[in-house]
Amino acid sequence: MQIEVTINNKKTTLEIEKDELLADTLRANGWLSIRKGCDSSSCGLCTVWMDGKPVLSCSVFSFRAHGKSITTIEGVRGEAGELARFLAAEGADQCGFCSPGLLMTVLAMKRELPDPTEETIKHYLTGNLCRCTGYIGQLRAIKKYLGVA
Amino acid sequence: MRSIGKGIPKLDGIAIATGKPVYTEDLAVPGALTVKILRSPHAFAKITSIDVSGAEKLAGVECVLTYKDVPGIRFTTAGQSYPEPSPYDRLILDQVVRYVGDEVAVIAAVDEKTALKAMGLIKVEYEVWDPVLDFEQAAGHPSVVHPEDDLHCNYDIGLDREKNIASTHLTEAGDVEEELRQCAVIVEETCYTQAQAQAMMETYRAFSYLDHADRLTVVSSTQIPFHVRRILSRALQIPAGRIRVIKPRIGGGFGGKQTAVAEIFPALVTLKTGKPAKIVYERKETFTCSNSRHAMRLKVRLGADREGYIRAVDIQGLSDTGAYGEHAPTVFSVAGEKTLPLYNKTNAVRYTGHAVYTNKMPAGALRGYGATQGTFALETAVNKLAAKLNLDPAEIRLRNLIREGETSLLHSDHPLGSSSLHRCIEKGKEMIGWDEKYPRRDAGNNKVRAVGMAVTMQGSGIAGLETASAEIRLNDDGAFSLLIGSTDMGTGSDTILAQMAAEVLSTEVENIIVHAADTDVSPYDPGSYASSTTYVTGMAVVKAAEDLKQQIIRSGAGLLNAPPEAVAFDGETVSTKDGEQSISLKKLAELLVLGAGKHQLAGIATYGSPVSPPPFVAGFAEVEVDRETGKVDLIDFVAVVDCGTVINPNLAGVQAEGGIVQGVGMALFEEVRYDHRGNLQTNSFMQYKIPCRKDIGGIRVAFEESFEPTGPFGAKSIGEVVTNTPAPAIVDAVYNAVGVRITRLPVTPEKVFMGMRSLL
Repeated sequence: MQIEVTINNKKTTLEIEKDELLADTLRANGWLSIRKGCDSSSCGLCTVWMDGKPVLSCSVFSFRAHGKSITTIEGVRGEAGELARFLAAEGADQCGFCSPGLLMTVLAMKRELPDPTEETIKHYLTGNLCRCTGYIGQLRAIKKYLGVA
Repeated sequence: MRSIGKGIPKLDGIAIATGKPVYTEDLAVPGALTVKILRSPHAFAKITSIDVSGAEKLAGVECVLTYKDVPGIRFTTAGQSYPEPSPYDRLILDQVVRYVGDEVAVIAAVDEKTALKAMGLIKVEYEVWDPVLDFEQAAGHPSVVHPEDDLHCNYDIGLDREKNIASTHLTEAGDVEEELRQCAVIVEETCYTQAQAQAMMETYRAFSYLDHADRLTVVSSTQIPFHVRRILSRALQIPAGRIRVIKPRIGGGFGGKQTAVAEIFPALVTLKTGKPAKIVYERKETFTCSNSRHAMRLKVRLGADREGYIRAVDIQGLSDTGAYGEHAPTVFSVAGEKTLPLYNKTNAVRYTGHAVYTNKMPAGALRGYGATQGTFALETAVNKLAAKLNLDPAEIRLRNLIREGETSLLHSDHPLGSSSLHRCIEKGKEMIGWDEKYPRRDAGNNKVRAVGMAVTMQGSGIAGLETASAEIRLNDDGAFSLLIGSTDMGTGSDTILAQMAAEVLSTEVENIIVHAADTDVSPYDPGSYASSTTYVTGMAVVKAAEDLKQQIIRSGAGLLNAPPEAVAFDGETVSTKDGEQSISLKKLAELLVLGAGKHQLAGIATYGSPVSPPPFVAGFAEVEVDRETGKVDLIDFVAVVDCGTVINPNLAGVQAEGGIVQGVGMALFEEVRYDHRGNLQTNSFMQYKIPCRKDIGGIRVAFEESFEPTGPFGAKSIGEVVTNTPAPAIVDAVYNAVGVRITRLPVTPEKVFMGMRSLL
């Protein structure tokens, strides 16, 4: 089947299978920042935005993206790069495999939470697993990025 | 120091954080065949018939391979220097399957859907055998996990195949039984540490192809490119020189990728078909069909005098290596090697026992590599001894721990080169507020808060055995290429090695191009494991850079017509000491590489250390235990680390934080569990709980530097040691809170609750 979808501000028509998942569709079309880490909707690695809201692309059928706008980290590289510099400055980037999903979630949180605190940040990001950093350095970086005391 | 001790951001940090396609799967050859594996549904069985004809006929299927299609040569997938201590007990595909998930057939097809469809068409009949599931019943069990007679050991590791014993170990000094008889106080504790999953975010994956010269090229997310090359060479029976292994960026390893889990399958397909092939493990496969930390039972006996001096330590161990013996003898021995030297007021120590085969997923390497298990047992016993002697747990350690310059019974000829462990304890006590908080205080609402502590050591590389090489070139533009074979799996080791080279060459990290790792290009390195990269590869880098620096001085002097001792190099310019003449490094490089000099400079060095200097950690936990439910919340964890000189405080700090959180996971949540038929039940992140952001309270890391005389700029390792103290410290904190000493990890609310009930 065919879908019309806007990916990173560019409208395209994609040929997909009925049971295809958005994460696979995006990777197959060259958006290689999308990673699958769990196969059970529990790690957050594959987070992209659908119409501006974070979704797990491994758990969204591609046909659901028809008529929607999808944003991957490739579409917000400038803003993501700025956030990444805060992570790197703390040494909290480590293996980087979970980072695109984390960064997309943090950038969504920035838009969604008017007045983030340490607790609401942790809560918002609970679904983004990381096995390397122990989260503490990431939290330091994110708080600095958002200007949270 | 211009680079050492600076919190320089990781060289690859921004690129990987923003999703650059630099990992294995991102680089896969377009059109590569998808490889899938049919796996055993039985814990122990023999394949009596296997019919792949239906699968082979399916359109899009390239090949379906079974045990009939592979070389009959046993090998090990453990990433260790040759001759590997791990037994050669595997075939690529075997007629006997030894755990649920063991490989039965390899399917290669044009895409995943076709491969999976083909998998469903393979007909297998099994003769199901009685599995060995309880590792405490494995030795002498009527079922023999490895009935084959061609199992091979490179040397005697105490393997007794018919008794399911994979390896046997004994380390002793002095007469432990006699010493224990003379001790005024004896404590005994039997501790169980569970199998733990590495759970790196990037699952196992590799792809392969034949290059322009028909050589097998394997690109893999691996910690051990050179070992993978050797392992593939043996398993596939082709010369190592016909194989090239490339490691791109790695999405975490933690020891899991110190075993060649997945490479063999696409490589086999590429050799059979001549076509590119790739395999990407699902998360479920990674949980169920790779490896985990060895589960162990460790029985500790400590003997002390009335003043609290520990005089005898006896540890009897049993380790579950699962279906295959990857890392079985070495993980077992490390549990003693990295614990017994800690307390050196002893007159006798002993560590003995076996690793046994069972019909479960093989165990392997996981950060800590036995030291984590040994530390849990020994430190739990020391905390129990402190309680029995009515001594502060910090005090008993200050009294008994080895100090810099001292020897231990097992290393009587090697005085300890560096240690700030006593200072680490003092600082940790201060940071957590030990004197105010020990042992407990009521937190109201039926909750109680308490503190507990533990110490640990690890090693830095494998003494007297493993070597790393490094090469550093002066390029035509005056910058440097640093070639190494170590494998930065997110730790930042490429960055800190560049810092070391930059320091020696008086230049900036930006001027060092780091290349790692490609077995066709990189100098030999065993890979990043055994906490070796900073220390062993680091020394190779320092020596190579020093070599190059001397060459720059000599070449510069030659071009200036001055004797080498009359010139100096400041990183930018070679000048005569009288200041009369000078030549810039840039010009020098240009002349040497492109022009009159006709001699590109390259420093090269190989380093192996006769010692493995231990880093140390003093870890302190503050917990809150709910008396009503047994729930344990970690309020605060303080770790004070002695890793010698801290090369990069930011990267070392996050290494420590991450390792601690893995240790907290092991202490409180994580456990690989099986059902009564040997099915691994914890096969997703829904069942196997690694810590999430909300599980982690405060974690505070501080460094108390020592100076390791044999290390690069005084550095020792940090990667593994940081994961060892959370479990024993948290267990003691829970004991101090509610009087229940959990000896079987993890510390679940149920166990604490039942423990409290049994006290009533």
